[in-house]
Amino acid sequence: MNIFKNLTLRQKKSIIGIIFISPFLFGFFMFFLAPIIQTVSFSVNELNISRLGLETNFVGLDHYNFAFSVHPVFIRTFFENLLYVLLDLPLILFFSFFAALMLNQKFKGRLIARAIFFLPVILASSAVIGMDSAQYATEILEQTSESVFLSGEFIQVFLMELQLPEDFIGYIIDGIERLPEVIRASGIQILIFLAGLQSVPDSYFEASRIEGATTWENFWLITFPLMTPVILINVIYTLIDLFLAQDNELVELIQDEAFVGAGYGVSSAMAVVYFIAVAFIILVVGGLLSRYVFYQE
Amino acid sequence: MLSHFADRIKDFNFDLLNRSIKSWIISILRLILITGISYLILFPLLSKISTAFMTRADLFDRTVFWIPKNFTLENFELAIIHMDYVESLLLTSTLALCVAFFQLASSTLVGYGFARYDFPFKKIFFALVLFTLIVPPNMVLVPYYMNFRFFNLYGLIPGDGLNLIGTYWPFILISLTGVGFRNGLFIFVMRQFFRGMPQNLEDAAYVDGAGYFQTFFRIMLPGAVPALVVVFLFSFVWQWNDVFFSRVFLGTVGEVDVLSIALRDLPEELDYWIEHSPYLSLIINAGTLLVIGPLVVVYAFMQRYFVESVERTGIVG
Repeated sequence: MNIFKNLTLRQKKSIIGIIFISPFLFGFFMFFLAPIIQTVSFSVNELNISRLGLETNFVGLDHYNFAFSVHPVFIRTFFENLLYVLLDLPLILFFSFFAALMLNQKFKGRLIARAIFFLPVILASSAVIGMDSAQYATEILEQTSESVFLSGEFIQVFLMELQLPEDFIGYIIDGIERLPEVIRASGIQILIFLAGLQSVPDSYFEASRIEGATTWENFWLITFPLMTPVILINVIYTLIDLFLAQDNELVELIQDEAFVGAGYGVSSAMAVVYFIAVAFIILVVGGLLSRYVFYQE
Repeated sequence: MLSHFADRIKDFNFDLLNRSIKSWIISILRLILITGISYLILFPLLSKISTAFMTRADLFDRTVFWIPKNFTLENFELAIIHMDYVESLLLTSTLALCVAFFQLASSTLVGYGFARYDFPFKKIFFALVLFTLIVPPNMVLVPYYMNFRFFNLYGLIPGDGLNLIGTYWPFILISLTGVGFRNGLFIFVMRQFFRGMPQNLEDAAYVDGAGYFQTFFRIMLPGAVPALVVVFLFSFVWQWNDVFFSRVFLGTVGEVDVLSIALRDLPEELDYWIEHSPYLSLIINAGTLLVIGPLVVVYAFMQRYFVESVERTGIVG
């Protein structure tokens, strides 16, 4: 203890700080880092489980080669997956921002509406909602109720009238048809946006009202700039959520390969490739967006 | 009388009328949108509730729409038997409570450390926290399995290594050390929250002679309840729905599966015992309801508090 007393306050504080984060440091180096290194090493080695234990033979980039040039669907699933995520991202963000703006207004039944909108936070993951697509009973109900809601064709005609580019129309139609999925993937994003909207001080709007600003101007000149950091957080969260979801097709493919498919080496190689791609995309998107983020101070 | 009425019209503020019409239109549009979206969100749930109570005959009866003619609990009974529901519910709740508690403990400590103290390599360590978030879980699952199957902490524990697969230990160890499922996110949330708390509180405690840890436990923790609730709830829910980690860590040794896995395996299980038919989907729907039921009940009681909590966590800075 004597040594401890001779330290400067600064040194003392940094030791306390390290103590506070020590569980994580221990976990990271003991439990988390090793599996990653092992996975990388499995991806360049051939594994043989024998009586003597694990045998490894160095095979270089064979597994990577196999994943890219021999495996029938890896490349296709890989790029489809990236494409889907990047297409879903703006849909989810746009919808959740819009929903949060709506839920932030004062109206009767707001609490009930919020409770329903956040329900997907609890139900949307993996096993539970994933089960409804292939089911006979739900399908019957879905057929009867499909016509009740937005029909893609009607909107398509409407957008054609506006003479928008065809790719854009296709994207919107696709988005509308996948609206239920988008909504179910937006729970947490709505929550984060709503929390952000609540943190905008009322005094800003009072001042702008005195200056005679319209609601539209208020949105673009006050709300939106203050929401840019929240948008950044949401973009990154959404990317992580979509890429790493347990029912993501590529995640499932890699998982299946390990046990029933091309073997653990190939699966590891795929996982490494996927990880690099995910990290790269998140860094690039985050880096690009952070240029446009407005911080108050 | 008439002139008085004319005066009233003259005085009438048309601008106000315009504005109130506008706000009416906005409310109606909002009502339509919110109802529509709520319908889309609730549809899968409602359809499951509706079909779970149907008999075989109702499923093929075209006049039955939403409300079953022959109300039955048979589907639930079968689902409970084939999922080992009672044991499984007990296992799942214990596990989820355990994981949520330990994740909460670790992320609170670590988040506070990052929020309030300066130490060497702080930025790098925090980058490591974020790094854990972007590693796909399936990249580390098999090495995890092997490490916990022959657990010796890289030689620190003598002997052949303990077999921790099939116990709660893998979950506890990785949760307690802040590298569990989405744990990095919770550390991030707690850090943001503590950063938003006023520094004066701690300074006052220090002046009054409280130590660093006393200050943390007696001043900061009670003030952090909203964030604690959010982290606990999310951690609980994600563990409840998790399939990946549970399948690897609990192995196939145990007789009872956690609910999420029992539900995944239910179709296969039913196929084995009952001949395959569309009728099975009724039982699966009942099973799904049984799995999400407890979550919905918890949510119904907590949701108000939960929504307020997230708003006050200051995740947004």
